[in-house]
Order: sequence, then structure tokens, then C-alpha cells
Amino acid sequence: MLLISCPWCGPRDETEYHYGGQAHVPYPENPANLTDEQWAEYVFYRDNPKGPFAERWMHSTGCRRWFNVLRDTATHEVLASYRLSEPRPGGNR
Amino acid sequence: MAEPTEAGPVRLRRSPLAHLEERMRAATVTGARGVTLTEWPFITMVNLRVDPASEAADRIEKTLGAPLPRQCGHTTASGPHTVVWLGPDEWLVLSQAEGTAVATELKEALGGDPGSVVDVSANRTTLELSGPAARQVLEKGCPLDLHPRAFGPGQAVSTTVGPVAVLLWQVDGAPTYRLLPRSSFADYLARWLIDAMSEYRGPEVP
Repeated sequence: MLLISCPWCGPRDETEYHYGGQAHVPYPENPANLTDEQWAEYVFYRDNPKGPFAERWMHSTGCRRWFNVLRDTATHEVLASYRLSEPRPGGNR
Repeated sequence: MAEPTEAGPVRLRRSPLAHLEERMRAATVTGARGVTLTEWPFITMVNLRVDPASEAADRIEKTLGAPLPRQCGHTTASGPHTVVWLGPDEWLVLSQAEGTAVATELKEALGGDPGSVVDVSANRTTLELSGPAARQVLEKGCPLDLHPRAFGPGQAVSTTVGPVAVLLWQVDGAPTYRLLPRSSFADYLARWLIDAMSEYRGPEVP
């Protein structure tokens, strides 16, 4: 079980959260201009790194806020959690 | 037109745990490992959302007579009202006063500013678990650290007890906890607690 620290509520068990996929995937500026392939990449294609991975989580049984978590996919170590308004700690990959 | 409809539902309303009242009373354990479970039905609950830095928040704090808690776990109280932190811009106002009156008062304080005031009294019911063994009962299913060094009277957090999401509020050091599950989960949670309480009837197994 992961122990994830919510930026507002502090450390809570993983069962209190919902997972929301990869973080920092920007919505296309002009979605209408995208080709089908580019749109499919935006909708379906995600990174799958071995190591630190920034992902979105929601504290669903707590404060119901979305935030980002930096997690090592190999060790499951939670490296950091930060608010959506904050940049990824340590910069982008 | 409003009067007859208001008198009707209030008189006719039925708490989500009315059918378990007898069983909750029968589950009472007395003595050094005592624990009791009771329902406090129909407590007024008003969900409040507003930017805590706004003027509307100041007006609401004046209306309530208590500051809005700014941190997870904190509560503030004034007269019949207790304000519980739900999120950075969301609170639950628990009150002994009548629901429509509280909601109207808060709506007026909010005025036209961004935010919302909703009477959600029917959303949850309140279970009170009290007695020397109350903490042990909760610890069977609550992932939170409830030891007095981490959690004490006047604190309230959203968490889970067993599989049920509840708002857990400690009111005194007896300890007495109030659990606020959604109404439709209350039956399950009450049965879960009655079962968890049963072992304290007998002597402690070392």
C-alpha cells in the first residue's frame, strides 16, 4: 500500500485516493487543427518510464482535490507530491 | 403554500437508522471496556463553498460568529454551529438550528459573490460512538492514527471506517466520536460498528 501525502490533508493511505493518469499532458492549443493521428496521440499515448513518473491523483475520500505525485514506477517510492499550480520538482524529465 | 409542505415532511421524516435503534441500544457495553453507539438524526448540515480570502468569507464568518477553519482537521464552533473543514475552499456547517434558516442566513451573507450554500442535511446521518473502548473499535477499520498525540477533541477529518467514507469528528476525550456517513451507507456502517463492539463484552484476550 502506498502512503501518499495530500498537499492539503497530509499522509493518507492509497485507498483514500483515485488515480488520474500521467500529469503535465497539456490540452492542445487548437484541437480543431490536429490530424487524427495527433489527436489520438494526445488522447491515448502516455509515457511509461521505469523510474520517476509524474501522475495525477485525487484525494477522493478526503478533500476531493486533484494534485500531482512524483512516483518511482520501479520501487513505488513516492518521491514528492505537489499542487497543480506548482512545477514538477526537479524539472521535467 | 410553503407551510403545509414544510410541516408534512418534517413530521413524516424517518432517520436512516430508525430500524436499528433497538440493536444499537442492545449493543451497548458497560464497564472499563465500555462503548455505546447512538444515532443523532436530523442534524442540520449546510455545505459551504467560498474563496477563504474573499470578503464573502468574512461576511460568512461574521454571520456564523466563528472563523472558517483553514486547515485539515480543524473545526470551529459558535453557539449552535460547528464548522468543519472539508477542503481548502469547502466547509460543512453542522448546526442545531433549523436547516432552512441556517442556509438562508448564509446565502444572504454570501450575496452574489462566487460560492455556494446548499442545505445537505439529508445527505448524511450522525452516529455517536463513545466510551473507553471507542478508539479501539474505530482502529479496527480506520487507517488514520487516532492516538491522542495525533488526533484529539475538536478535530474532524474525512476518512474511511471499514469500506465506508465518513466524516470522523472527535467531540471529547471520553473518547466520543461522531461519524457522519452518507445516509445510504449508514445501515452498513452501524452493523459494522455493532459487530466491532461485540468483543468488548467479554474479558480482554491477552
